[in-house]
Amino acid sequence: MSSVAVANKKGFGATLWDYLTTVDHKKLGVMYLLAGTLFFAIAGLEALFMRIQLMFPNNDFVSAGTFNELLTMHGTTMLFLAATPLLFGFMNAVVPLQIGARDVAFPFLNSLGFWLFFLGAIFLHLSFFLGGAPDAGWTSYASLSLYSPGHGIDFYVLGLQISGAGTLISGINFIVTIITMRAPGMTFMRMPLFTWTTLITSALILFAFPPLTVALFFMLVDRMFGANFFDHINGGNTIIWEHLFWIFGHPEVYILVLPAFGLFSEIIPVFARKRLFGYSSMVFATILIGFLGFMVWAHHMFTTGLGPTANAIFAVSTMAIAVPTGMKVFNWILTIWGGSIKVTVPMLYALGFIPSFVAGGVTGVMQATAPLDYQLHDSYFIVAHFHYVIVGGIVLAIFGSMHFYWPIMFNRALNETLGKWTFWFFFIGFHLTFFIQHFLGLMGMPRRVFTYQADQGWDLFNFISSIGAIMMAIGVLILVFNIIISAKSKPLNCRDYWGDGRSLEWALKTPVPFYNFKQTPLVRGYDPYWLEKHEGNEEGMTYAEPLGDIHMPNNSVLPLVMSIGLFVAAFGALYHPDGVAWSIPVIIIGLAITVGAMIVRSLKDDLGFHVHVEEIVATEEQLYGKGGNK
Amino acid sequence: MEETKFTPQTWPDKPEQATPEAKNKFVGIWIFICSDITLFASVFATYLSLKDKGPAGMEFSAAELFELPLAFVMTMLLLTSSLTSVYAMYHMKNYNFKGVQIWMTITVLLGLGFLALEIYEFYHYVHIGFGYTQSAFSSAFFTLVGTHGLHVVVGLVWIVCLIVRNAKRGLNLYNAPKYYAASIFWHFIDVVWVFIFTVVYLMGVLG
Repeated sequence: MSSVAVANKKGFGATLWDYLTTVDHKKLGVMYLLAGTLFFAIAGLEALFMRIQLMFPNNDFVSAGTFNELLTMHGTTMLFLAATPLLFGFMNAVVPLQIGARDVAFPFLNSLGFWLFFLGAIFLHLSFFLGGAPDAGWTSYASLSLYSPGHGIDFYVLGLQISGAGTLISGINFIVTIITMRAPGMTFMRMPLFTWTTLITSALILFAFPPLTVALFFMLVDRMFGANFFDHINGGNTIIWEHLFWIFGHPEVYILVLPAFGLFSEIIPVFARKRLFGYSSMVFATILIGFLGFMVWAHHMFTTGLGPTANAIFAVSTMAIAVPTGMKVFNWILTIWGGSIKVTVPMLYALGFIPSFVAGGVTGVMQATAPLDYQLHDSYFIVAHFHYVIVGGIVLAIFGSMHFYWPIMFNRALNETLGKWTFWFFFIGFHLTFFIQHFLGLMGMPRRVFTYQADQGWDLFNFISSIGAIMMAIGVLILVFNIIISAKSKPLNCRDYWGDGRSLEWALKTPVPFYNFKQTPLVRGYDPYWLEKHEGNEEGMTYAEPLGDIHMPNNSVLPLVMSIGLFVAAFGALYHPDGVAWSIPVIIIGLAITVGAMIVRSLKDDLGFHVHVEEIVATEEQLYGKGGNK
Repeated sequence: MEETKFTPQTWPDKPEQATPEAKNKFVGIWIFICSDITLFASVFATYLSLKDKGPAGMEFSAAELFELPLAFVMTMLLLTSSLTSVYAMYHMKNYNFKGVQIWMTITVLLGLGFLALEIYEFYHYVHIGFGYTQSAFSSAFFTLVGTHGLHVVVGLVWIVCLIVRNAKRGLNLYNAPKYYAASIFWHFIDVVWVFIFTVVYLMGVLG
């Protein structure tokens, strides 16, 4: 059980079992990162196939139906199953360290959240092999999806329902962790920005995911059990889907971009070697973005016909979001201004992020102008806009943070030279792909079309866009190569890899032991580790308690069992409209597995275990040699 | 630390927040309820927009369908069960385990009574032809009230598990926050029902 044994060689089976049952936030962080990378690769390939199809007019690389499946799965996978878990990976790996906690508040739920997400994602992807993927776009508007033949939409509904439950659980977990488990002295206004954005993002998850759950449930019962929420013949209304989806969908964008903001707010001060400019205004801006994020959903529905009053209100509130976002951009610039800048790979990503994201924000304000949106709606201009925000904001943050936090997560470093190659290929490829799509949109090219006629002035621009996509793919391949050689490289066994770490996570020597800090650190101000370094503290941190026994949670296989139960039940529901005899029994068996596991969990005492002082000393000596974590 | 034997004198003032784990559970259940409120808000909004909507010439409408006497009895049962769970918490704070178990059992019985009436009500509607698939109105009604009913079932299973598993163990700082969380959840169910009573039944009868 104790991870002392992990350092010794373990058999493959034992290691696998360890990962299937772990509740350690650091291991779950790695698992999120791996799962997210897998789905990022799949969705990236889907994008590449689409760009190859659109490279030439009247191309027949894929059929129209396949193209619809590709675009649906690309969007769905990238947002729900790639960006979300990758960011959750960093949250898991870093936030408990940043606040000086031993683990998250509910380690069991943390593991449950991961397995629900992962099995939901697998379920969704099984659609490729079981009769066709969903094909109504990632927004899956009811008017398109309600009568979509085959099981594609059913896979979408059930897969997202399961993985959405996992996301919600993780969100609740992070909120409680950040509220209750901060080290002594870590007041709210001393929390690092990444912890702040994780808190606000989790609050957004808390309020945004239930409407999605409800919308998916309506779709589920409409398609599979004969309900009438969206069927207008029986009094239903498809606009309900649009509202519920976007009440979720718009905050979802901020759920993804706020942690990205937080990550850059960690990277920039370290490499500008300056305190983050305007910390309290950054916090305020984060909260304001989170709040306003719920006030703007109907700007996705300007052309639905809600009327001029609704459109005007939502147009104004949408433009208002540019204010706190602008505050953040200025704060980043002013942090860099006058700093002693080190241009490492993470810093390169941060420097690339600022102009790219601003470009995405500016086109966002353009679309917020409702009359103009009537022209831009459903054109490639929209595609260009949200890729500038998502790739220019979130993906750059994820890549930059991979380099930044790799030493803490894996005790290895990623190669800087290869990292710079990745950056330049990816960055140039990204702008090549999407900048020109603004113009394609203005010239009238609609989004989600599988091909187009020649000689409308779109041929060259589409070709250039596809070349850019291939460059991005090359950049990602270099990153994969970089990760492989880093796995073969020597362990770092050092503290503060970048030399200018500021927050608590850098005060720990890597590899981080399973109990994190052997004594809970005392936080004496903002940027606590920087503070201690400047006062000449060689030990890393001042501690708030003497060395004593540490209480840690037990591993458990129950989260996996609960998730498998829902996975099984989903198959029963999926085939219910086909009238197969086994569908209801399978639903009941699956739910029985889940509920049974919950009751076992409820009836058994789970008090965790104590790591005794001698074990701690032994662990430290084994990890760092004589003297321990000094 | 869990083996410590308490007396009413040494029992902490706020047993539901006395350990770090307890504090997590205390904050956690409140945060969870925040998200559950959003869930119900979405279903309420849908119900309001689909109320009385159905296929052309639908014979069912809220004004004719719902009857206040039954809804009133259900409301009384659930409100009383909320009160009895408060008594259980009162005894928990005074380290009177027997009182906790008895009042929690009464809570469960009242909850079961509520559930039985709800099942009867649903059965009645289906019997007269107002089934789940009949119209948008029926889908929305059964989903809203059924979601609440499902919460009642979950709450009952939860409280029964607590009563059974702790029968021989007695009260300690490990299970006190669990009782507390279950009672908070039960209050929440009660509050949602007040809204259902108002929005579905009262506003329904008023037309």
